[in-house]
Amino acid sequence: MTASGSKSGSGWGSGSGTGSGSGTPGLSSASVSASASVEFRALRRTFGRTVALDGLDLVIAPGEFVALLGPSGCGKTTALRCVAGFERPDSGAVLVDGKDVTDVPANKRDAGMVFQSYSLFPNMNARDNVAFGLRVRKAPVAVRRAKADELLALVGLPDHADRYPHQLSGGQQQRVALARALALEPRVLLLDEPLSALDAKVRVTLREEIRRLQLSLGITTVFVTHDQEEALSIADRVAVLRDGRLEQVGTPAEVYDRPATPFVAEFVGTMNHLAGQVTGDHVTVLGQLLPVDGPVPADPSVDVLIRPEAVQVVPADDGPSEVLAASFRGASVRLRLAVDGGEVLADVPGHEAARLGPGARVVVRLVERPVLVAARTVTVPAPVIPADAV
Amino acid sequence: MAALTGLERVSGADTPRPRRAWWRGAVFLLAGIYFLVPLGTAFWYTIHTPGAGVSLSAYGELLTADGFVRSLSLSLGLALATIAVVLLLALPAMLAVRLFAPRLRPVMEVLCTLPLVVPPITFVAGIGTALRGGTDLLAPTPFWATLIAIQDPGFPLVLVLAYVVLVLPFVYRSLDAGLRTMDVRTLVEAARNLGASWPYVLARVIVPNLRSALASASFLTLALVLGEYTVASLLGYQPFAVWIVTVSGSKGQLSVAVSILSLLLIWLLLLAVSTVFGKEKGK
Repeated sequence: MTASGSKSGSGWGSGSGTGSGSGTPGLSSASVSASASVEFRALRRTFGRTVALDGLDLVIAPGEFVALLGPSGCGKTTALRCVAGFERPDSGAVLVDGKDVTDVPANKRDAGMVFQSYSLFPNMNARDNVAFGLRVRKAPVAVRRAKADELLALVGLPDHADRYPHQLSGGQQQRVALARALALEPRVLLLDEPLSALDAKVRVTLREEIRRLQLSLGITTVFVTHDQEEALSIADRVAVLRDGRLEQVGTPAEVYDRPATPFVAEFVGTMNHLAGQVTGDHVTVLGQLLPVDGPVPADPSVDVLIRPEAVQVVPADDGPSEVLAASFRGASVRLRLAVDGGEVLADVPGHEAARLGPGARVVVRLVERPVLVAARTVTVPAPVIPADAV
Repeated sequence: MAALTGLERVSGADTPRPRRAWWRGAVFLLAGIYFLVPLGTAFWYTIHTPGAGVSLSAYGELLTADGFVRSLSLSLGLALATIAVVLLLALPAMLAVRLFAPRLRPVMEVLCTLPLVVPPITFVAGIGTALRGGTDLLAPTPFWATLIAIQDPGFPLVLVLAYVVLVLPFVYRSLDAGLRTMDVRTLVEAARNLGASWPYVLARVIVPNLRSALASASFLTLALVLGEYTVASLLGYQPFAVWIVTVSGSKGQLSVAVSILSLLLIWLLLLAVSTVFGKEKGK
């Protein structure tokens, strides 16, 4: 799933304030430059004894939206800054459209960037901020003004051109910053956690609008985030980083449903750790025999990693397990279950949760599909439910 | 007695009445007396001569007094040069430390504030020794001419260098306070990302956002240089402050008139500096 060729976005701020009553508001065709591929090749960067990037390899196709996802200190921002030219790798290379740009100064690179913190120039109004890059390139005043106004309309702020940063909300400032980053028609857009300083509602709206805009422009985009929901919801592919290395790269569905490693499984979404016993290429867990997906540790006593939605809960007055707590999560309800001395999380559809309040007796069963296993840590003892009891 | 309706404005104990801040007026009055009485008496001294009555002749003599224009223009020139040198030196250095070597900030802070703890007399003794020693040392080299040139009484650059050191603590503090108010790294990186060269970043992004800090640094430098006596006097130069002391020995009324005028002049200059730098765009 890539974005290349897709121009179906409805535009930024669709419906209001875009200055266009019909069709897709957007940059004129002349202002959309061809997007470029980005390649990280064995990128290594250290800060003293801290290894930020440890041989990162990743290829991003032209027009693709890739999210770099990982915990703090995993190297995702460092990787982005290497593309922008703010960090120089100790070894390895950054290639844009096949050309090595590792030694190109930051002000000569063809990449627009939106920063995590508000980065608008406080002494300039929104229009001048957006036109800054064009001014650097000595574009005529009329061209600068027209382009800035066009971009401000594109990001839904046509009436805010004369406002200074301190007169704009956080979300508006990031929209202006995005317009500014696009003003020079870069072939790569770099987003360094641009939503993390915003409140939850604005964050969701803005991320969808960023995606819509990216699709309409077809620009190659690298989006750094530590928020897995954010990454999964808007990226074509998600690259999960850990300790400066690529743990897995794939579509959001692949990363979520078929995590390549226990770390990815743990980091992306919620995971139950259940004790299991491996026999051949199968594992016995909660009294069920399930096929193992991926490598098996040498020790047959393992942790079996199970998503909450892969745990089925059936009310039964004489069931061996008990519901400890239920928390409403919109379409589903998350149950915390006592299963033979341990705890298991399960997500059940909202309409099934009526009979599953705290104290309810239940039978727990796992969805029959291949599961990931990892070296034993702390788990629910297994087996807890005899196979014939379910 | 009318019946209560419950809508009457409540007065008395329930509503605290604003206390009359009589002490504010008293403090203001005392401060006014403290500052204005000496100025008033000094002004009276300049215009009143016992037996001859009131006259503004002391102020008339100023423009024609020997050395007045020369010393004042020298001081203003020194002040402008000091402001230019210290800002050109301190701002890029502070930015460089902030961006590329943040661990050196404490070292820089100590170095910049060091002149505060060195008494001017010690400082000038050091400069004197260095100049004498330098003259002997550099005599056979082409640098000798440079050393002589910086001591030219017409415009002693050595004073500018000395003043740069003297004002460094104040300039450092002002600029540091200004730089703390903005996210320098992000602004610089944003500008670089948009294609700006380093000089462009400095001129279009950093300096405009440091107007207040630059104004404050310039204020302090101007005031310090116009009033500096010790270093200039001991090195044998005659800027404005030294001239005032020299003239006060022979013409009492004239020297006090000059002091009053210089106070007015400095006040006007500070106002000008604040007007030039102080315009915060959009705020």
